[in-house]
Amino acid sequence: MISVQTQDFDIAALYRQLNDDQLNPNGYGAIVTFVGKVRDFNQQQHVGAMSLEHYPGMTEKSLLAIIEQAKSRWPIGEPIIIHRVGDLLPGDQIVYIGVTSAHRKAAFEACEFLIDYLKIKAPFWKKEQTDQGLVWVDARETDQNAATRWTQEVD
Amino acid sequence: MLKIVFFAQTRELVGCDGIELEFSSKLSNIENIRSQLAATADKWDLALQRDKLLVAVNQEMSSWDVVVKDGDEVAFFPPVTGG
Repeated sequence: MISVQTQDFDIAALYRQLNDDQLNPNGYGAIVTFVGKVRDFNQQQHVGAMSLEHYPGMTEKSLLAIIEQAKSRWPIGEPIIIHRVGDLLPGDQIVYIGVTSAHRKAAFEACEFLIDYLKIKAPFWKKEQTDQGLVWVDARETDQNAATRWTQEVD
Repeated sequence: MLKIVFFAQTRELVGCDGIELEFSSKLSNIENIRSQLAATADKWDLALQRDKLLVAVNQEMSSWDVVVKDGDEVAFFPPVTGG
């Protein structure tokens, strides 16, 4: 399940949703969740508010494609990905990934894969309010490398 | 027609969300479209430098040599920074 939304999300409600039998054809054993939050610093700069833009349509398509890749690679249930857009403040929740599996290793790996791929494939852009004014966040090479690692591990 | 859309810094530099282009054989691949748009004005040239740009065709990431057809949606934007 995916959602791109301006409103905040409730991790307790999402946990109950992950516990749903119908989403877990492979049985329980492990639930791994990741919550990304807005930082109050970035590349040595203090960050106030930020706003997130996305490409409606392509965003949803790319998240569904990433989920399909994860499901073909690990024995996991239906993952949940929530990503917020619009105006956010430091400390706000920004992204949620939830993965279930019969085995913890699969759940951990799939969760990390999903966030790594989201960071380089899903069309979101952050603009931050810093001491220097409003600046678009630069893409980082470390994010690219984190995602590339998963392709190398396959080969 | 080709629907061209821009996002984030690319959108701000060109100063609009998108434009429509009459489809022709001269605009049959992404690089041709990019270079024609870049020739529009200095700001567009700056916005559409290939080394800082990603492109999607019909909402899927694409490469510069991909061939487009009439009715396609082509998006130009900077490397993504979500998560």
